[in-house]
Amino acid sequence: MNGAGAAAALPPWLDFFTFREPNVRLILAGCVLLGVSAGAIGCFALLRKRALLGDALAHAALPGVCAAFMLTGTKDPVIILAGAVASCWTGAIAIDLISRYTRVKEESALGMVLSVFFGAGILLLTYIQHSGNAAQAGLDKFLFGQASAMLDRDVGTLAIAAALMLAAVALAYKEFKVVSFDPQFARSIGLPTRSIETALATLTVLAVAIGLQAVGVVLMAAMLVTPAASARYWTDHLGRMVLLSGAFGALSGAIGTYVSYLGPRMPTGPWMVVAATLVFTASLLFAPGRGLVARVLLMRRLRRKTAEENILRTLYLNGERAGAMDAPCSMTRLMQYRAMNAWALERTLARLKGRGLVREGEDGTFALTGAGVERGARLTRLHRLWELYLTRKLEIAPDHVHDDAEEIEHIITPELEARLVAALNDPAEDPHAQRIPPGPGAGNVVV
Amino acid sequence: MDDTRPAPIEVHDLTVAYRHRPVLWDVDVTFPEGNLIAVCGPNGAGKSTLIKAILGLVPLASGRVSIFGKPAGEVRKLVAYVPQRESVDWDFPTTALDVVLMGRYGHIPLFGRPRARDWEIARHSLDKVGMLEFADRQISQLSGGQQQRVFLARALAQQTRVYLMDEPFAGVDAATEKAIVALLRDLREQGCTVAVVHHDLQSVPEYFDSVMLLNLRMVAFGPVESTFTTENLNKTYGGRLNLLTEVGEKLRRRQWSARR
Repeated sequence: MNGAGAAAALPPWLDFFTFREPNVRLILAGCVLLGVSAGAIGCFALLRKRALLGDALAHAALPGVCAAFMLTGTKDPVIILAGAVASCWTGAIAIDLISRYTRVKEESALGMVLSVFFGAGILLLTYIQHSGNAAQAGLDKFLFGQASAMLDRDVGTLAIAAALMLAAVALAYKEFKVVSFDPQFARSIGLPTRSIETALATLTVLAVAIGLQAVGVVLMAAMLVTPAASARYWTDHLGRMVLLSGAFGALSGAIGTYVSYLGPRMPTGPWMVVAATLVFTASLLFAPGRGLVARVLLMRRLRRKTAEENILRTLYLNGERAGAMDAPCSMTRLMQYRAMNAWALERTLARLKGRGLVREGEDGTFALTGAGVERGARLTRLHRLWELYLTRKLEIAPDHVHDDAEEIEHIITPELEARLVAALNDPAEDPHAQRIPPGPGAGNVVV
Repeated sequence: MDDTRPAPIEVHDLTVAYRHRPVLWDVDVTFPEGNLIAVCGPNGAGKSTLIKAILGLVPLASGRVSIFGKPAGEVRKLVAYVPQRESVDWDFPTTALDVVLMGRYGHIPLFGRPRARDWEIARHSLDKVGMLEFADRQISQLSGGQQQRVFLARALAQQTRVYLMDEPFAGVDAATEKAIVALLRDLREQGCTVAVVHHDLQSVPEYFDSVMLLNLRMVAFGPVESTFTTENLNKTYGGRLNLLTEVGEKLRRRQWSARR
């Protein structure tokens, strides 16, 4: 599959996208189809916590593939698929029986079936390879897959299977959803949960079986789980997750095909898995809300806010002691109050200055502005209210409450503040006999 | 009450065993219509198992359950089930309204899609538990109490006359507790029958009409005033039930089926 002989002198990396080589079209179609179906069905496997089952089933397919060949002597895709499906099913039933009727737990049963079936498969494969049967050439490709060996008939079979599987998901979406979320409830409303679960297991088996030729038994589970795990990062809606997971699977299939087109020594299946893993890594990092980057940014914002609020409160305290709320305070003094390095302090002060809460004097000192006094008063109020609450309601010693209040003052909402005030009867002093600044709407307490 | 009408739930000589060890022995009980029933007993007394046995979610070693006079298997849809909140993974990608809509799935034909009326009933049910404003919220972002209310709304959406609830009051906030109590009273007013697995003995007389005391076997069942007595409570919680547990343990070890 090399475009060098073509009339137009396009470089290979561009020539791929003309899709004019029938072989390229065929392999691309096969990989994309298997990516879509494995991705879509993998969502249910993942949500039902059956991801490992996919791996065990994929490995369990190998003896079936070999046995089908030994019995018929052909590598006809339908026969091989039937052998793989039968073998997967035997494995699935074995797992179910072992975990139900013996003391062996399900995950151990998975491991047992995976290795025993895979071992048996390798045994048969070795036997076939030494049997001198010329037709067996290429059977070992089922281990890691060889997409470039796919023929019309293979892709045709794959397309029909993929279409049936996607149709099944669309048709039984509602049933699959409720069985994945709450199987006991599904049974209680009279749904045939046994059949629905069998259908889901069958689809998983099929999704694995159709990918064996291109991706192989060792790696196929990755195509089932990775796109689904990636999709979960981007959406909280099952329907969208299934679509997205299918799209990620298709994308991985296309990338795998593309890479192996550019470098003819590059295997398609493993590259599909690498592509799926890259998609997952990108999701893990960059997905909004759940992604690592988003979480780090959120934490940074919270840390900055805490630092700013701490400085405001320190300046407020300084004002209280000096008897004038806008009393200036030097950097050195601030650093004595707050365990902060000079660099962080400077940046925090610069931000506060920018927001008009703090102003810098000509002598390098800092003081609260009017708005700064207001914010500082509120924070001090929350801090002291919480200290009072801890000592009065939870009977914690006054010398133990400061550190807690230091944290809580940053997260108390106005609603919580109102409840605190009500619980404490609108107090005027904290446990250390310091004045609690009055709240914005609070009437003055009658003495 | 009309005496000729069959009771919502009748349990005859019910025994349930897990792996040959009986966890419920010979339970005989009839839940009367329009009653709020507390099912109480110590941990491991078989309260959840009783509910699951009535719903057909666990195999019966012996006995039978009838619902409005018919075998439970045929008319299972007449009973709405509120499972324990911890029984599902709340990180599932779905919204509160979507979960409530699942209460309608038993009324929609297999492979059919929910109709406008189903959505309407789901919204209405969510509203009844005071959760309509959270309809589109992802369920993992709800508090424990809110999740519990979503489960209750799902049962309401089934629009049935019998409700079985497994510890709906466990670990909920005050607002949710109030909402559940109001809901229970509302259901009683409509003549529904509700059996609730309940842990807080103090609130039994306030919230319920009848009480079922359970500890591997049924200790007592009847109106709260006459049944919820110190003597019965001692029988339920006090004695260690040595003989019964010991025999059960023996059966398990020797792998005898409890009468099968």
